[in-house]
Amino acid sequence: MTRFSGTALCLDRADINTDEIIPARYLTEIDKTVLGPHLMEDLDLAGFDPKTDLAGIGVVVTRKNFGCGSSREHAPWALEANGIRVVIAESFARIFHQNMFNCGMLAITLDKKQIDRLFKAAAKNPLHISADVDMETITVTAGLDTWSIPFDLTGFEKALVRAGGWVGYADQNY
Amino acid sequence: MGKTIAEKIFDDHLVDRPFNSVNVLRLDRVFCHEITTPTAIQDLKARGKDRVFDPDRIKAVIDHVTPAKDAKTAMQGKVLRDWARRHGIIDFFDIGRNGVCHALFPEKGFVRPGFVIIMGDSHTCTHGAFGAFAAGVGTTDLEVGILKGVCAFKQPDTLKIEITGTLPPGVFAKDVILEVIRRITVNGATNQVIEFCGPVVDAMSMESRMTLSNMAVEAGATCGICRPDAVTVDYLWPFIKEEYPDREAALADFSRFLPDEDAVYAGHTVIDVTDLVPLATFGYKPDNVRPVSDMAGTRVDQVYIGSCTNGRIEDLRVAAKVVRGGRIADSVRAIVSPATPKVFSQALEEGLIQEFMDAGFCVTNPTCGACLGMSNGVLASGEVAAATTNRNFNGRMGKGGMVHLMSPATAAATALAGTITNASLFTGPAQTK
Ligand code: SF4
Repeated sequence: MTRFSGTALCLDRADINTDEIIPARYLTEIDKTVLGPHLMEDLDLAGFDPKTDLAGIGVVVTRKNFGCGSSREHAPWALEANGIRVVIAESFARIFHQNMFNCGMLAITLDKKQIDRLFKAAAKNPLHISADVDMETITVTAGLDTWSIPFDLTGFEKALVRAGGWVGYADQNY
Repeated sequence: MGKTIAEKIFDDHLVDRPFNSVNVLRLDRVFCHEITTPTAIQDLKARGKDRVFDPDRIKAVIDHVTPAKDAKTAMQGKVLRDWARRHGIIDFFDIGRNGVCHALFPEKGFVRPGFVIIMGDSHTCTHGAFGAFAAGVGTTDLEVGILKGVCAFKQPDTLKIEITGTLPPGVFAKDVILEVIRRITVNGATNQVIEFCGPVVDAMSMESRMTLSNMAVEAGATCGICRPDAVTVDYLWPFIKEEYPDREAALADFSRFLPDEDAVYAGHTVIDVTDLVPLATFGYKPDNVRPVSDMAGTRVDQVYIGSCTNGRIEDLRVAAKVVRGGRIADSVRAIVSPATPKVFSQALEEGLIQEFMDAGFCVTNPTCGACLGMSNGVLASGEVAAATTNRNFNGRMGKGGMVHLMSPATAAATALAGTITNASLFTGPAQTK
């Protein structure tokens, strides 16, 4: 499966860290699904309420350096437990970015102009985003508007998404 | 074309380049702790692959929450403990022998220049202080590392950070790294390796270099590498003396990994620390850094001295020197957590523990504990901590709590004053060595 889609949640802040995505106090969980209700519980962002704003979301759109901080893969797991398998940002912290692909999920980097356009559109209408890994294109629908934005993935990233993650890939190859 | 340290290590460890710019490297060490490893163990079991690539190259410790605080953390410890036994992992450090991973593993002599190391922990970059390529990874990378002994990394573009001048008295490695992060910002080195060099780094002890490398990830770096030299050899000598005829031979061997004169760097920053003053963070990001003097008077509820950044003997010595004969302010509670059992015994022997206790500090066993707000000193909402740790994220030491990062000297002075305070007010200039 190489297509992900869903309604987008726009988080207008840079440097959202892994403690904000999933606080350390939940790292005692060995079962990933338990993380679900605690996603972004400590996120420091005016107007954002995790209790209501995460419902029905499939994609997160945000600014620079998303996922900085700890190596906890609990961050992508907590996203996945909420049905979010795509994050679109101006840039990512390295470990988070790798963790997303290692889990067979998608971290898409777009330039500031494209991200600005998404935020602007989202201020008026709910955004629906569909990401096609083979075509390396996202399709955005907002109200009556629809547009596409190309993105780049490395061959390795595509291979990881297709293999469902790094364990599957490494097992076939090493 | 010349090569950087990281490039040389990559060449030495390359297993495969399945795609352009993807390097699958052979691992010398996989370090494990009880927070991120149990999920990997469970997943391997579920896949019917409960194996390890090499029990001798895997080192494991229970350090984040120890002694266990509840049923869940007890289970995390148990999963790790049972796994280590099952697979004959001899270097497994359980309660009584355990300490903060990034302080314990170097102390045990597990790190060498030129090694490739991963761990499911972002501060794995600490081990770069030995001239190794050491990177924090997520649980999936860890899982593959445990199973196959490999990990994939992008090309190691390197940012050279040269520390020049002379460090003034009372200013420490912690202040230097806070200044580096202030200048290059929290994502100034994302996807890059930092190579620390220059006379100030050359003059640093291994402990100070570890403090420097430890916080490389707070600038987004994959690893913070220091050049291996005679200081590195001296530190490692008890562990390598069977392998080399003398120290010169060890140094010559480690020099294989030194960068070439004409190595190509992605960037080069020179920081003269001659006029550097003690620094502390003020916000929720590690690059929110200001002189301590600008923050004087900021009230704190708790002082914490410990962690993989500043819980080593050198740190405890400096802090004890500041508190010597004094008494912590009534409004403050102060905690010191020696990072390893060895640091604890040494501090006992040198009388530092007594000095901390006389000053009113609580002394805890070696553990991460309060550093990540999981146990042993969690903040209440609205409380403020002065800490020698590495992360001031919102809620890091407890939901609704605020953390100011600083050196052990500043933290100790703050404990005495009850407000953020420059250490020189208490002891006169404190010396690094
Ligand atoms: S002391 Fe703190 S930063 Fe260091 S490994 Fe432990 S939790 Fe992480």
